[in-house]
Amino acid sequence: MAMTTLLQTRHIRKTFPGVVALDDVSLSIAPGEIHTLLGENGAGKSTLMNVLTGLYRPDRGEILFDGVPVQFSSPGDSLAMGIGMVHQHFMLVPAHTVFENVLLAIDGVPNFFSRRKFQQKVQKILDEFALDLDLDTPAWKLSIGAQQWIELIKLLVRDCRLLIFDEPTAVLTPQESARLFKVLTRLRDQGKSILFISHKMREVMEISDRVTVLKKGRSLVTLPRGEYDENKLASLMIGEDQIPMWIKPACKYEELALEIKNLSVRNDRGLADLDNFTMKLYRGQILGVAGVAGNGQKALAEVLTGLKEATSGRILAGDRDITDSTAKSSYIAGIAHIPEDRKTIGIAPDMTVGDNLIMKNFNSRAFRRWIFQDRAAIRRNAVAKIDQFAIKAGPDGNPIRYLSGGNIQKVIIARELSEKPSVLVALYPTRGLDIGSAEYVHKVIIDGANQGMSTILISEDLDELLKLSDQIVVMFRGRLVGCVDPQTTTREEIGLLMSGEVQK
Amino acid sequence: MLEILLDATVRAGTPILFATLGAIINERAGIINLGIEGLMLIGALAGFAGTQASGSLLVGVLAAFGAALLAGSVHGFITVQLRGNQIVSGLALTMFGIGTTALFGRSMVGLTIEGFERIAIPGLSRLPVVGKPFFNQDLLIYFSFLLVVAIAFFFYRTRWGLALRTVGENPAAADTCGVPVTLTRFLAVTVGSGIVGIGGAYLSLATTPMWIENMTAGRGWIAVALVIFASWSSYRALAGAYLFGGITAMQLRFQAMGTTISAHILQMLPYFFTILVLAISTIRLQKGASQQPEGLGQPYDREDRK
Ligand SMILES: Nc1ncnc2c1ncn2[C@@H]1O[C@H](COP(=O)(O)OP(=O)(O)OP(=O)(O)O)[C@@H](O)[C@H]1O
Ligand SMILES: [Mg+2]
Repeated sequence: MAMTTLLQTRHIRKTFPGVVALDDVSLSIAPGEIHTLLGENGAGKSTLMNVLTGLYRPDRGEILFDGVPVQFSSPGDSLAMGIGMVHQHFMLVPAHTVFENVLLAIDGVPNFFSRRKFQQKVQKILDEFALDLDLDTPAWKLSIGAQQWIELIKLLVRDCRLLIFDEPTAVLTPQESARLFKVLTRLRDQGKSILFISHKMREVMEISDRVTVLKKGRSLVTLPRGEYDENKLASLMIGEDQIPMWIKPACKYEELALEIKNLSVRNDRGLADLDNFTMKLYRGQILGVAGVAGNGQKALAEVLTGLKEATSGRILAGDRDITDSTAKSSYIAGIAHIPEDRKTIGIAPDMTVGDNLIMKNFNSRAFRRWIFQDRAAIRRNAVAKIDQFAIKAGPDGNPIRYLSGGNIQKVIIARELSEKPSVLVALYPTRGLDIGSAEYVHKVIIDGANQGMSTILISEDLDELLKLSDQIVVMFRGRLVGCVDPQTTTREEIGLLMSGEVQK
Repeated sequence: MLEILLDATVRAGTPILFATLGAIINERAGIINLGIEGLMLIGALAGFAGTQASGSLLVGVLAAFGAALLAGSVHGFITVQLRGNQIVSGLALTMFGIGTTALFGRSMVGLTIEGFERIAIPGLSRLPVVGKPFFNQDLLIYFSFLLVVAIAFFFYRTRWGLALRTVGENPAAADTCGVPVTLTRFLAVTVGSGIVGIGGAYLSLATTPMWIENMTAGRGWIAVALVIFASWSSYRALAGAYLFGGITAMQLRFQAMGTTISAHILQMLPYFFTILVLAISTIRLQKGASQQPEGLGQPYDREDRK
């Protein structure tokens, strides 16, 4: 092809103890294109990107930039050449302010910088992206979506020739993703190259000029736009022609599982996270909760799982009041929770996959003999779960933090659903999962519902909500503003409700 | 009376102030340094020997800074480059400092030098109450004031300071912004150690212008504790150091007045109260967000996932 290339990799291989993360990857990126990298969880996408930015050193292979072989010994080196990246896991300092986090990423800040001048500069950038953030807020106080924007801005303030985005849209709302895509296309039109990673097919189809499929550490094919469609990419990626679709039987609405009455929760700033919130959950029901992130979904999940106290209102399980009684703790034990913030409250990063899998029921007879752990049983459980959920876990005894983002997510889901919980509170359960895995999680939720598990499914993915839910409620500013039937509603109707238009 | 007490407070607090400031620079970059006691002793001996040999106090201070910086670079190399255990390396440094200064200090015992003298700052030293204690002091004390402000300015108003703090909080974040993590950490450990050395030199060049074996008497450990009390801020380090200094001054006063309480008990008081205040203040701190750099104590390996 007569196409010029900006960056080319040849036969890259990268191994970690016991894991071949990249086996043989060859790839070329042209100037002025948006190049999407597609692959299952653990296929090696992030590893490849880390090799391109000098964070990991490849065992073998060559990187050519502008046709010249280069070797990066640090991210500083690759930045100097004009390669920048937004990492899948945030590279923020939680204790530092928005201003400080962004400032360090800006090129050419003099050592004795003028605070006023650079504050204005950062403020201008925030305004440009219509972000309403206070420069002096520490990053830990921001919502996950806002943190993602800070990460994006840290890259966009630099003048890079190749911009790498590792699953930037996983935590963004559809509206925010659309905004990001406008920025990406503008950059592309200016002649910059963009490497983009996402598991959301809708986005991949919309934005890519070319797609490269990565499978088990090998680059399979690169296809230009027009030569692929959703099905073809999926089958290349997973190696199966048809992804099975699961049909959910309708809920019978017989037995009440949980009733929330006029619940209110205030946050540290004294504002209402939940405001007079009322809803009912039936046995075997999947209740979808739609809403733009930050409208109280997290607080709802946290009161239901006992992580937050309600300021007023009641939670009833059957006829028992569990708002703040001792009954609560035993009830909470029967609730499964897939939290939003996987790394900090979902797992113990330094412990093994096997230990993380039994964290909820380490005390059960199945995993102990008298006061001692039954290592053999724990291992058997791990092997079974790893197989069942197709978790790419690396060698036995590896800490869970080595796993790829999607695989960590699968471990949490496997653990939470293993105890046959009566209620599942799931926040964005398929965020970051490849399509095959997402489909499998859907199946597990549906199977659970068939056996009487009630699910509160909090999600931003309308397709997922429409597909799984018996009923969809919409949240806005901590209140329930609408309740629709997925069979009869439209995306537009939900969209309107999400933006705060009160139900007719 | 108050003037005299304040004056003694400042003089007793200064060695600890330097040591705490040096330790803060270490920890802000993410490296725990338990070698402070040893570094102070090395600084005290080197400062004394340097002045003894050259007759110049400036040479003495520079020798103290240089010797402690050199000793600290061993800790830096082990913890930063080799990613060794910071606690073990620090403790070894303290023992090394105690041992070597006892050995090489033998020939210095009994020698004397001309110590730092007071220089009144015109105008300021005439202020009521605070004039004499703060502005009729020696050059090293004036330097310590300057250092407190300079370090705060460095941390919060310069890009290098921001880089150093980021390295201590989240080295991966610094790395991906192009900050050289290893170099930054190493420099923070060495320069911080050098400043600790000046604290030791204050003892042998100003407090008592002579060399006494183990003359730091545990002040280095107080400095280690004060870092937490100061929540890694140089201004609060000043408060903590003067707290220790103040109680020292008072107990000296008691002794001079000839109480019947044993001198040993009185000498214990500054340590006791400093630890007590520290314990109480950390209970209070735990309620809010911790100020501790998040990456403290953790070696950085680029290829390791966090
Ligand atoms: N620093 C590391 N140490 C050990 N193993 C690692 C490390 N980084 C990656 N791996 C392993 O390499 C493999 C590929 O991981 P990678 O993060 O590249 O996957 P991915 O394609 O980005 O997946 P996802 O879509 O889930 O993010 C995984 O099996 C992972 O466990
Ligand atoms: Mg990844």
